[in-house]
Amino acid sequence: MRFLDLLAFAAGALRGHRLRTALSVAGVAVGISAVVALTALGEGARRYVVDQFAALGSNLLIVFPGKVETTGGAPFGGVTHDLTIDDYRAIARVQRVRRSAPMAVATDTVQFRDRGRAVPVLGTTADFAAVRRLEIGSGEFLPPGDPDQGGNEIVLGVTVAQELFRGENPLGQVVRVGPWRFRVVGVLAPRGRSLTFNMDDLVMIPLSTAMRVFNRSSLFRILVDVRVHAEMEQTKHDVESLMAQRHRAEDITVETQDALVSAFSSILNALTLALVGIASVSLAVAGVGIMNVMLVSVTERRAEIGLLKALGAQDRQVLAAFLTEAVLLAAAGGVAGLALAAGAIRVFVEIYPSFPASPPAWAVAAALGLSLVVGVGFGVWPARRATRLDPVTALARR
Amino acid sequence: MIELDGVWRIYRVGEGEVHALENVSLTIERGEHVALVGPSGSGKSTLLHIVGCLDRPTRGRYLLEGREVGTLSEEERSLIRRHRIGFVFQFFHLLPRLSALGNVELPMLFAGTAPEERRERASLALKAVGLSHRAEHRPDQLSGGERQRVAIARAVVMDPAVLLADEPTGNLDRASAGEVMELIEGMNAKGLTLVVVTHDPAIAERAKRVVRMDDGAIQGAGDRAQGTGPTTADGPRATGGG
Repeated sequence: MRFLDLLAFAAGALRGHRLRTALSVAGVAVGISAVVALTALGEGARRYVVDQFAALGSNLLIVFPGKVETTGGAPFGGVTHDLTIDDYRAIARVQRVRRSAPMAVATDTVQFRDRGRAVPVLGTTADFAAVRRLEIGSGEFLPPGDPDQGGNEIVLGVTVAQELFRGENPLGQVVRVGPWRFRVVGVLAPRGRSLTFNMDDLVMIPLSTAMRVFNRSSLFRILVDVRVHAEMEQTKHDVESLMAQRHRAEDITVETQDALVSAFSSILNALTLALVGIASVSLAVAGVGIMNVMLVSVTERRAEIGLLKALGAQDRQVLAAFLTEAVLLAAAGGVAGLALAAGAIRVFVEIYPSFPASPPAWAVAAALGLSLVVGVGFGVWPARRATRLDPVTALARR
Repeated sequence: MIELDGVWRIYRVGEGEVHALENVSLTIERGEHVALVGPSGSGKSTLLHIVGCLDRPTRGRYLLEGREVGTLSEEERSLIRRHRIGFVFQFFHLLPRLSALGNVELPMLFAGTAPEERRERASLALKAVGLSHRAEHRPDQLSGGERQRVAIARAVVMDPAVLLADEPTGNLDRASAGEVMELIEGMNAKGLTLVVVTHDPAIAERAKRVVRMDDGAIQGAGDRAQGTGPTTADGPRATGGG
């Protein structure tokens, strides 16, 4: 029997019972769409979290002074060298480093007229915005230039700007930090807390100005943006050996964010799998629905089965015919389910635009595969009953 | 070409046994027209099913065209039904969702015949039963006589050696019955072996040989001249056999 003939024959039989066919297709469609939609949501949640970390810069290395090791009693054993602007310059020249930004930190009160707010004051350079993927709400970020030469520019976090200026335009205004006067050049876009700082509630000034204002000679951190994610480890090693060479001791620590990201990612993967597992139950129910429909069909079409056998249809051909019907039901349900899921996801994204819900390709493929498995799995038994039918008794009555 | 030798068919019913056929021996030559008559439950249908390879003898030998078919595998028996045997049933057994042409194409569908060839042969078969103009009609749009003629076209489209008809006119009015019988007798005249199971003495009378069955055994077999035989065991309406 030709494959196309088999398909046409099975499809013809299904068309004979439109309502019944439609209902069992709907059953599978609900199951498949539940699987796909929940996978999309789970995957979306995972991607959302990973994206959040990527927004921090998942290619980020953080260099800070001191090394955690257990020598003696002190947590940072031995003598540690400070991180200096020269160290920063050296690191910035490392081959695999795209850009890097030094950080010096103190807390002080920022004042505008009679209003003041105690916030972290970050001394850094123009590259900081790029390294930390900061967006400027209005104005501009700190000007590029020699890190040793700082002007009196200041960039405000959005909360600081709102609290101090209360609706006035802060750009071009002068604020004071301690006795020092700064000119507001930019306000950050809202960002929220990331890493250690609440990026909405701080201010940023040029690095060397900060060192002077706070009378510091050492850096708090150096942030390093690596060119290629795959070279994170290698770059980390490069930086470590560079610093070991400069300080003649291993007295700095370099951290990556990867461990944290992958932990979150695997937790959310597990969550997705759990959701899919639950959704699969509905698919199993749909499968039982198909089995039921096919059993009814076999019972109802006893005369037809007897006739097909009398006309010389072999048992395996009868089996194939009924199995094909079941698989067609399930496959149609699979396709309808994908359409349903696509619609549901679209509505969801319409409501929560920032949530990247879309089913991964593997889930779509797996859903279609699963619907075929359901068709075959739940279609075999009814089809076998059809083949076992005795043609004589099947033809006897009408 | 059909040789039954000491054939028994025994059904197991609960604890007991029912002997549907008891030691039946029958030989039908190529091109014969045989009527199988007898009351309900006499075993004539069982005999037809065994001849048609739908059922197997419990005991005894059955040779079709010189080949022992009672012991073949189910696969091989399917192929014999497909290529060597044509069935016509009392209730037509047309698939309601297919057109007349589609129904005639059915056996070739399972034989894997190419669609164009299938169509062509089915059209010819429909033409032979005089239904070319009804090819695209579905069974519910056809009269009883037309349905049976479609069924006959389906039965002969594979060019079988024998046509087995189980009460072919049982559901037809007299006029349609006459047409149907003329049709298959015409095919018989061209060499198709014909076995007809019937209650109807008028139909049995048309056969060259009448085989009477009662209680699972053949009562008297011979040509029509001898067909009168012992009539006591005949079916209620089979007594008019001549």
